[in-house]
Amino acid sequence: MLQRLITSREVLLLGAIAVLLALIATRFPAFVAPSNLADVFNDTSPLILLAIGQMIVILTKCIDLSVAANLALTGMVVSMLNLAFPGVPVAVILLVAVVLGALMGAFNGILVWKLDIPPIVVTLGTMTIYRGIIFLISDGKWVNSHEMSAAFKAFPRFEFLGLPMLSWTAILVVLVFTIVMSRTTLGRAAYAVGGNPHAATYTGIDVGRTQFWAFTISGALAGLTGYLWVSRYAVAYVDIAGGFELDVVAACVIGGISIAGGIGSVGGALLGALFLGVIKNALPVINVSPFWQLAISGGAIIIAVAVNARASRTKGRIILKSAEHAA
Amino acid sequence: MTDTTRFIPDRLQSPFQKRLKSWESLLLLVAIAIFFANSMASPYFLDAWNLSDATFNFTEKAMIAFAMALLIISGEIDLSVAAIIALASTAMGAAVQMGAGTPVLILVGLGTGLLCGAFNGVLVTRLGLPSIVVTIGTMSLFRGISYIVLGDQAFTGYPSDFAFFGQGYVFWVITFELVLFAIIAAIYGVILHTTNFGRAVYAIGNNPTGALFSGIRVARVKFILFLLTGLMSGVAAICLTSRLGSTRPSIATGWELEVVTMVVLGGVNILGGSGTIPGVVIAAFVMGLVTFGLGLLNVPGIVMSIVIGALLIGVIALPRLWKMWQAR
Repeated sequence: MLQRLITSREVLLLGAIAVLLALIATRFPAFVAPSNLADVFNDTSPLILLAIGQMIVILTKCIDLSVAANLALTGMVVSMLNLAFPGVPVAVILLVAVVLGALMGAFNGILVWKLDIPPIVVTLGTMTIYRGIIFLISDGKWVNSHEMSAAFKAFPRFEFLGLPMLSWTAILVVLVFTIVMSRTTLGRAAYAVGGNPHAATYTGIDVGRTQFWAFTISGALAGLTGYLWVSRYAVAYVDIAGGFELDVVAACVIGGISIAGGIGSVGGALLGALFLGVIKNALPVINVSPFWQLAISGGAIIIAVAVNARASRTKGRIILKSAEHAA
Repeated sequence: MTDTTRFIPDRLQSPFQKRLKSWESLLLLVAIAIFFANSMASPYFLDAWNLSDATFNFTEKAMIAFAMALLIISGEIDLSVAAIIALASTAMGAAVQMGAGTPVLILVGLGTGLLCGAFNGVLVTRLGLPSIVVTIGTMSLFRGISYIVLGDQAFTGYPSDFAFFGQGYVFWVITFELVLFAIIAAIYGVILHTTNFGRAVYAIGNNPTGALFSGIRVARVKFILFLLTGLMSGVAAICLTSRLGSTRPSIATGWELEVVTMVVLGGVNILGGSGTIPGVVIAAFVMGLVTFGLGLLNVPGIVMSIVIGALLIGVIALPRLWKMWQAR
């Protein structure tokens, strides 16, 4: 039991984050002050939210490349809604964001489920379509800070027990999905579908339907993040969160979620996102030029994947050594 | 994907029948339709110089798409191709600062591409890592190195004879890039459809374990395929850098997805095992014509992406919808 705990992916990653923080602390002690760590968590919250959605999708042997475009489109729609009707309460805005995001996710899901189109093709297509629609509805214009109502901008910043609402949203979603993934039939189905689709079918699980719900959840979380993102940065434009989908996939991969499906946990997605978040926040602090950021996160992804592959190699009897690499 | 209601074995169908029902002919119809739509929509479309310049919309991407098609048929993917372009272009820019001439620049561009491809190939075949993850990592890594080298600067000052690769014309209005595109298409067509290597690529995509047991060196073939995408990214980097006359770290951003779109649109199964080079050639023309036509109509670039995205999903969904409709 103890050994399993020590060698588990999450503990390993937690250790890596601790080492990373210790290294940063030697050069800049203020980085590990609780208030700064809370800021880092708050900064990473959007990535955590999206990574959890992506995790569920990847668990079912799919991939969702449209999350960043979904986030951007939802963000633009709710900020334009706010622009047109400044009186609309934040609760309604939140509802609109979640429902709109879920609808876009469901569209991906329908194409994967009913038409059997490979998920990477579907989301590659919808990614460009959703981004294009932002341009059509906004005409390329920005929604700026002064055009947004005070209540619209205040929600993610509203502090409760010392943490802003953005952080609380991430914590809440982590808790909810920890339960969903381990205690509900949908969570079990997601693991079963990714682990072995044929076996899942024989046990009465509808593979396509499970994938559909995974996409819908991922979309809903992307929509929610869309509102939080534009209200936090107080600006909405066409290219918002451009390229962010790959950060999200990277967070999942670092978090030990197998791209082949079936393996992963909410804790892994959370820690993978935090790992990237710490790197991103630490670089400017320890005087590394921001131009290094991309190369460092790329290197981190490759090392994480290589370590993961070594750790999770099955220890069965290998009859033909070279066949291991091919398959 | 066999039609179960009225099954006629492939060998009993005439070659003409098979060709008529193929993906390529469907795509060719789409291409012709777009061509006519374009010529109706804008009076400026049917102009030799215009049409010739329009080929820049796809030639550089298509060069990579051919190598990518082979890689995807073998069941792998390379998302780092655009980042390789950036790195190769940066390397060439650095060489120019050191006073290198055009022949050296070409060697530097191709060499960088090969090195990057080899790096991907080693990670995928030696460590047995999934290529989609490896190349998402190397995509950040390669482009990151370009950012480290260049920061917010640009490399310029390319020698004047270097401009030929991206701006030169070979026969009157035919660009050098279009000729290169045709030659590369022919080479890849021959490799994939007539050689043992091509056969091995299909075999690996359909059943890697089976291919291994039938004596195909799976790891080596995959390694060569990664070398090829790297090399073709190097070629594209030479053409693009020469056409733009400068290097920025953000060069060719988002091209990896356009290249994959082109390959999938060309009828290559993203899960591996099937696809043809003629299909990719037609898909390249389709995408080039769409972008060019919309450009003539003053449609902004981002709206083109809606059309490309819808085309991708639509062209793949339509045959399946048709089959579902027939089955009821």
